[in-house]
Amino acid sequence: MLNFSSYILPIIVALVIIYGLFKKIEVFSCFINGAKKGLNIFKTLMPSLTALIVAVTMLDISGGLDFIKWLIKPFASALGIPDEVIPLAVISPLSGSGSLSVFENILAKYGADSFIGRVASVMMGSTETTFYAIAVYYGAIGIKKTRHTVIAGLFADFIGFILSNIMVRLFFC
Amino acid sequence: MNYIWAGMIIFSVVCALFNANANELSAGILNSAQHAVEISLKLLGGICFWSGLMEIAQKSGLTRVIGKLLFPLMKIIFPELREEKEILGAISMNVTANLLGLGNAATPLGIEAMRLMQGKNPDKARASDAMVNFVVMNTAAIELVPTTVALIRLNSGCLTPFDILPIVLFNSLVSLTGGLLLSKIICRVVK
Repeated sequence: MLNFSSYILPIIVALVIIYGLFKKIEVFSCFINGAKKGLNIFKTLMPSLTALIVAVTMLDISGGLDFIKWLIKPFASALGIPDEVIPLAVISPLSGSGSLSVFENILAKYGADSFIGRVASVMMGSTETTFYAIAVYYGAIGIKKTRHTVIAGLFADFIGFILSNIMVRLFFC
Repeated sequence: MNYIWAGMIIFSVVCALFNANANELSAGILNSAQHAVEISLKLLGGICFWSGLMEIAQKSGLTRVIGKLLFPLMKIIFPELREEKEILGAISMNVTANLLGLGNAATPLGIEAMRLMQGKNPDKARASDAMVNFVVMNTAAIELVPTTVALIRLNSGCLTPFDILPIVLFNSLVSLTGGLLLSKIICRVVK
């Protein structure tokens, strides 16, 4: 299964180019044109990524994240969610690399087949880095007013967070 | 995003004052700014590559073919883009890459979709309804096979790394639907 997925990417690349040739497209110059557009996207993307990454790092180092975890704890306990996965729930909307290392730590400490390990795995598999996606997609085209994107994105994360605990209980216990 | 970003920074500084770790924080600010450039540079190659490939897919009409395949799903999520075959095609490419777990490809393809949507957006500084729904869709994971999670489970000595797969799929689907529903309701209420 893991092996199979590594074939997908090269095959897709080949298929796109073969289809282009089949439709008599100048694939090489076409590719260069597209890649140039990519360079323009980069110019608008980098500043917004810098803004987000600095803010997330500051939250982490200053102990702000610990404070948020402390705030969430009573609510999570009331819902039967184990304390051990709260750090993952808090970091996962903010930082992809951060949540990966928290996830690895949880598995190393409690084991992948423990209740905690399974809840963490489901959480990890069913959420994306919400703030990163927002910064990247809006940053790339220069949108300033993101309206209710953050609320809806975090709401989706919240559902995933609550549900992972319930579903693992139903399935494995 | 304006107030959230400002809030994150001010809250951090206040926390640092309470925890008396302003030294670490100062170092962290500079290090993370550097780190951000590194991450952006790492993304740059992928963005250029996929933008190039996307250009071929657009010119050859491949995006419209894939757009047609996913059209039944797309017209439910993006009814306002019903007639915009080019944009729906780009969105479909992003969804396909996400489903296949090609995160590095999905991002540049999604940026391309955003760029096309921006072309039809009357207010260039304000996100359109379609953009909000699209970004919300991308903040939820819609991967068919969560390979990264499975790989880490495997590495930590798990014999059945995929046993959580049905729950992950169900969870992603429910949280994605929830996020989109909330977004659509807010779109209706607050114009």
